[in-house]
Amino acid sequence: MTALTLDEPRRTEPVALRRGYRFEMVKLVSQWRLRVVLLACLLAPAIYTAVVSRQTTLPADAVYGRLMNQSGWAGSLTILVFMGTLALPLLTSVVAGDIFAAEDRLGTWRHLLIAVRSPRRIFWAKTLAALTATLVLLAALALSSVVGGVLSVGAHPLPGLDGHQLSSAALARTIALAWLSVVPPTLAFSAVGLLGSVALGRSPLGLLMPVAVALVLEGVQLLPIPVALRMALPINAFLSYRGLTTEPAQLSALWIGIAVSLAWTALATFLAYRIFTRRDFTNIAFDGNASRFALVGLAPLVALAVVSTGVIAAATGAVGNGVERVKLESALSTSFSHLYVLQTERLGRPVVTEGELHATAACDKGGERVEDAGPGADWRCVVTWTLPGATAEGNAIYQLDVLPDGRFTADGDGPKEVNGFFQVRTPTGDAPNPLWQFDGLVDLLAEAKGQE
Amino acid sequence: MSARAAVHARSLTKIFGDVIALEDVDLDVPAGQIHGLVGPNGAGKTTLLGLLLGLSVADKGTLEILGVPSGDVLSVAHGVAGFVDSPGSYPGLTARQNLTSLASLRGEVRASGDIDDLLDRVGLGEVADDTVRGFSLGMRQRLGLAAALLGKPRLLILDEPANGLDPVGKRQVHQVLTDLADSGATVILSSHRMDDLAALCDEVTLLATGRVVFSGPVSKLEAESGELDYRLVTSDPAEARRIAEEETSLTLVAGRKQAAGDKPALVVRGHEAEIDDLVRRLVGAGAAIRELGPVVPPLEAAFLALTGADDQELTR
Ligand SMILES: Nc1ncnc2c1ncn2[C@@H]1O[C@H](COP(=O)(O)OP(=O)(O)OP(=O)(O)O)[C@@H](O)[C@H]1O
Ligand SMILES: [Mg+2]
Repeated sequence: MTALTLDEPRRTEPVALRRGYRFEMVKLVSQWRLRVVLLACLLAPAIYTAVVSRQTTLPADAVYGRLMNQSGWAGSLTILVFMGTLALPLLTSVVAGDIFAAEDRLGTWRHLLIAVRSPRRIFWAKTLAALTATLVLLAALALSSVVGGVLSVGAHPLPGLDGHQLSSAALARTIALAWLSVVPPTLAFSAVGLLGSVALGRSPLGLLMPVAVALVLEGVQLLPIPVALRMALPINAFLSYRGLTTEPAQLSALWIGIAVSLAWTALATFLAYRIFTRRDFTNIAFDGNASRFALVGLAPLVALAVVSTGVIAAATGAVGNGVERVKLESALSTSFSHLYVLQTERLGRPVVTEGELHATAACDKGGERVEDAGPGADWRCVVTWTLPGATAEGNAIYQLDVLPDGRFTADGDGPKEVNGFFQVRTPTGDAPNPLWQFDGLVDLLAEAKGQE
Repeated sequence: MSARAAVHARSLTKIFGDVIALEDVDLDVPAGQIHGLVGPNGAGKTTLLGLLLGLSVADKGTLEILGVPSGDVLSVAHGVAGFVDSPGSYPGLTARQNLTSLASLRGEVRASGDIDDLLDRVGLGEVADDTVRGFSLGMRQRLGLAAALLGKPRLLILDEPANGLDPVGKRQVHQVLTDLADSGATVILSSHRMDDLAALCDEVTLLATGRVVFSGPVSKLEAESGELDYRLVTSDPAEARRIAEEETSLTLVAGRKQAAGDKPALVVRGHEAEIDDLVRRLVGAGAAIRELGPVVPPLEAAFLALTGADDQELTR
């Protein structure tokens, strides 16, 4: 360097985003807490699926939980249930919820600003770093969940939530898509995490914002709320993968979930960006302002939920909570037909097809006095079918527990040889009875067609 | 003048809510100088250094750094480095990683030898590969200095760099800063202790509640001290007290309660010349002088007098 260039007055340039991103990654990787989380993501699902698949009591409350001992693929699908309820919001708390707050904790904002010389670049570098870390952890979870189950009980076919058989290849594809489908809502919660982290600094409330939001939304989701509102909440996007297991797939909820999640991601990120770039970094005592945050952080998200509810209601014409008798009867008879064919196969009886059975279901909720609509554990259904060549009709009774989110559990109530016992006697020994208890899915967004 | 000046500031004012942190501050620091910023807690040192680093902008006044007028927040002249309040570092990284990641963040490709050399200069060579989590305050301070030196700065801003340093550390830091100034760079550092800076700085600026109360060479500051308190021990305390009381230009200060066994001492306040007179009279009266010296060193006294801190000191 010559003296001339040294003395030439010029301003410092902000550092390139690429360098800022790398710096953030270095810091993230150096956090022992994040390393522990990565290790947990790599091991916990594998250990859980491997161990639980071999137990006699299975987590039947979770979709596919009851099938964990029948196929390794069920383990990964069971893990997905836990992901949406708490694990992924918690994960985003640990990563995105902390990425800004960490600098507050360490008192390093001014150090970083002097080095980078641009709050905007810092914001995007941190956002991208949090995104990277989150996706890596999510990939670790997905991989681990598959490996554990498949190694433990092997890759076998499983019925979808409409009872139709999915081959191992189809399951592998479905599971890959299912894990991909939780990426958008994970991003939405990450963005909420960024928002909390930016707005509330060191306070634990900022760190736990995604978990807090998830818990609130889950509480709302347990209620029989209108379908349009349900679909407008990003937490519901964690469930839409279930529609991938049916034939045809229930894609409306999936696409709406993706759109809603991306809208939340965009809005929450924008709000975080605005709060961050307007922040006064000369004040080291900054610890956020909870009441202001409620106004500039949470109110817009609530508004987004309201607007998207309206848009979804208008676009789909969905009214009510979506659990209707006709849809339930059709879902149940479809599942029954598929699973009856499976049972016939297991028993080594003459082959029948679903079409030949002409199965129908008649459902009633809570007896005479209760309206036959909406979620509840008091649905009782009778499935009727005929075998080719037979003159008499077959009848089977099911008790249904229908959840507000459209998932139902059918519990066979007899006759014993059809659905009343958990095993069937096959030529090669006892096998699980597919008609005894099974999970199904009502498409909340489908239009209820008239009687059959 | 301004072409040679590293910092040229006129009537800088910075207000936080109803606190006037800086008021009409002028500051001129020629290139190659080590300039000290002294003042009691809350005087505005950190605020001023923050302005120089571009962390905030003044509400009023003009500021030119290395020939570049200050603009938006964070937009400063190339070659300005340093820290305010306390240097930042990441506890999960080692000392070396903190420096290498910072260097690559700024796009400065530095040979690892450079960074080793830097760590040695600030006395962290031995712990270069330890994580900063276990570092003491002084070690973090040293690391902060090394980080500030990474980009070969032309203006180095250090807020209380001696904070937490042991005497050896202080000497090392002084050496590093002197070397840097010798190579033509400018250093501005703050302290709330005069004696930290006296030996190191070419010039000092004294701040008190946001205002400049003195700016100039240290030697000139010493002359500003004016009246000092002197502690006097003689062979005849009673006679000495009588003579001192007669000397109208001197004030007798009620000294601290004396511990048993302490020599009976007298504390008198006055200018140097008046003290000379007193000594002559005492000797004339046959009292031998056993001890005589300022209670507070002149620099410190000037500091206390100028920043108004001495009033509180004495009324306590
Ligand atoms: N971000 C801020 N918001 C409000 N007031 C502030 C802010 N920064 C500084 N002040 C106020 O400005 C005044 C000067 O503060 P400053 O930190 O510059 O003093 P200082 O000389 O560095 O003190 P110390 O020796 O304690 O570090 C103080 O009264 C302080 O309370
Ligand atoms: Mg300070």
